[in-house]
Amino acid sequence: MAETDRVIIVGAGHGGGAVAATLRQYGFKGTIMVIGTEPLAPYQRPPLSKAWLKGEADAASLALRPPAFYAKANIDLRLATTVTAIDTGAKTVATDTGDTFGYDWLILATGARARRLPIPGMELAGVLELRSAADADQLKAALGPGKRLAVVGGGYIGLEAAASATALGATVTVIERENRVLARVASVELSEAYQVAHRRRGVVIELSAQVAALEGVDGRITGVRLGDGRLIACDVALVGVGAVANIELAQAAGITCDLGITVDLAARTSDPSVFAIGDCTWRPLPHYGRDFRLESVPNALEQARQAAASICGRALAAPEVPWFWSDQFDLKLQIVGLNFGATHTVVRGDPATESFAVFHMTDDNHLRAVEAVNMADAFMAGRLLIAKDRKLAPAQICDMSVAMKDLTV
Amino acid sequence: MPHVTFIEHNGTAHTVEAVIGKSLMEAAVDNSVPGIDADCGGACACATCHVFVAPEWEAKTGTRNEAEVAMLNFAAEVKPNSRLSCQIEITAAHDGLVVHMPDGQH
Ligand SMILES: Cc1cc2nc3c(=O)[nH]c(=O)nc-3n(C[C@H](O)[C@H](O)[C@H](O)COP(=O)(O)OP(=O)(O)OC[C@H]3O[C@@H](n4cnc5c(N)ncnc54)[C@H](O)[C@@H]3O)c2cc1C
Ligand code: FES
Repeated sequence: MAETDRVIIVGAGHGGGAVAATLRQYGFKGTIMVIGTEPLAPYQRPPLSKAWLKGEADAASLALRPPAFYAKANIDLRLATTVTAIDTGAKTVATDTGDTFGYDWLILATGARARRLPIPGMELAGVLELRSAADADQLKAALGPGKRLAVVGGGYIGLEAAASATALGATVTVIERENRVLARVASVELSEAYQVAHRRRGVVIELSAQVAALEGVDGRITGVRLGDGRLIACDVALVGVGAVANIELAQAAGITCDLGITVDLAARTSDPSVFAIGDCTWRPLPHYGRDFRLESVPNALEQARQAAASICGRALAAPEVPWFWSDQFDLKLQIVGLNFGATHTVVRGDPATESFAVFHMTDDNHLRAVEAVNMADAFMAGRLLIAKDRKLAPAQICDMSVAMKDLTV
Repeated sequence: MPHVTFIEHNGTAHTVEAVIGKSLMEAAVDNSVPGIDADCGGACACATCHVFVAPEWEAKTGTRNEAEVAMLNFAAEVKPNSRLSCQIEITAAHDGLVVHMPDGQH
């Protein structure tokens, strides 16, 4: 790292904002430019489907840092600007504003975008997705007492939006193609508990339901047509069927990509001057011996620290066990680990009480993942136990008289 | 606005302005105080906003909630005066508050 080093960060989201701040925290003295398509300074997305959507948090509280931070930290924020090309030979980026900027280090933090459904009616007014603050503004404006919301896709964002919309007095139907919600990302036990919890609070959930088309009158959505011919009438539809990594820019520059931009544990891409962090990356999972794409704030922050440490010549921290959280109604879900290699589950607590945890174990009882609902100690214990690759006795996990803390010593 | 002081593990003190109604964690993050990571942004999900409340301030910062207790139980150097700073809401009574930080949040 030299005082004249120039860092350019592409994407002013959670990862982009965090890596700029972390570089300064680690003592980086060169120039930092953050270029982002969105008109807003880096902000947090998690509240968009939770506290913010319910009106419990204001827009200012979404900001990753207060507005004055960037000038004070000498970080050059270029908002409402998109990077259109990278020249890794000349070490420059070109923007849609017609500028070309040179870099010594480039950090790609381009995130992911909402997957679009190839069905008729996606262009109707009132068909929304939820990825950005602008999307969330539209959704919030469309909700309220008596409004009918159809959520296409029973993933985390869809279910969180369903819970928040219910709190706002809207009537919500969740339409899921698989035979359970959270099918791609959670265990059967967790899916079932969330189906019960949502239905108990008035959300209608349609499972194994194909969406044939979105139907409208005068260009505005009026309902979701299912494969079996039924129509779910609605005033607004939220399509939340997963996200696709923004890798095209890197691909066009000849940087190696898989389902994301391929990086190592230092967040470095196939080009030694280029790093990538966050939702856009295809990254190693050292605890699981494989590569994967993660979509979570902790992942973006871990990789932000990796990239900043690499640039500043600092030692890298030990790899974290991936983790995630989701807040729906008064259910506080914390997940640690991934269930790769797990063959059976052990449940602690009773799902009917909405306080329980699902432990995912290998054949020989090594812990791989914990899904904890209103049971923070199971989550915290899981974090330690997975990092240490410890074996656990299933009988002890189930035994509520054994404190979680005692299992970690 | 109340002033609060964060003291790093190495003894470096940071006195910053806090905003009434926001959390103590936000006072640290908004002022770039090193040592408060706050990975979850205040959702009480990460335990990377751990502080030790100076004894004379414990009464004014309230008691820990259930999830907070469970999370703190697993923090690296938990003490009786450990708190998650995202769970302390700043009031006018917090002017002069002093908290210490552990040696790393991860
Ligand atoms: C509604 C919602 C709820 C969520 N809830 C949680 C949660 O509870 N817990 C959790 O851990 N995670 C949650 N997430 C996921 C989390 O927000 C993401 O993992 C995180 O934002 C990833 O950060 P990132 O920097 O990789 O991408 P992003 O924050 O998406 O930022 C990428 C930015 O890059 C910009 N960009 C892309 N291409 C270019 C270009 N060519 N030029 C310039 N700019 C570009 C984009 O416009 C965007 O602003 C949630 C996400 C959403 C949408
Ligand atoms: S900020 Fe995550 S627990 Fe306080």
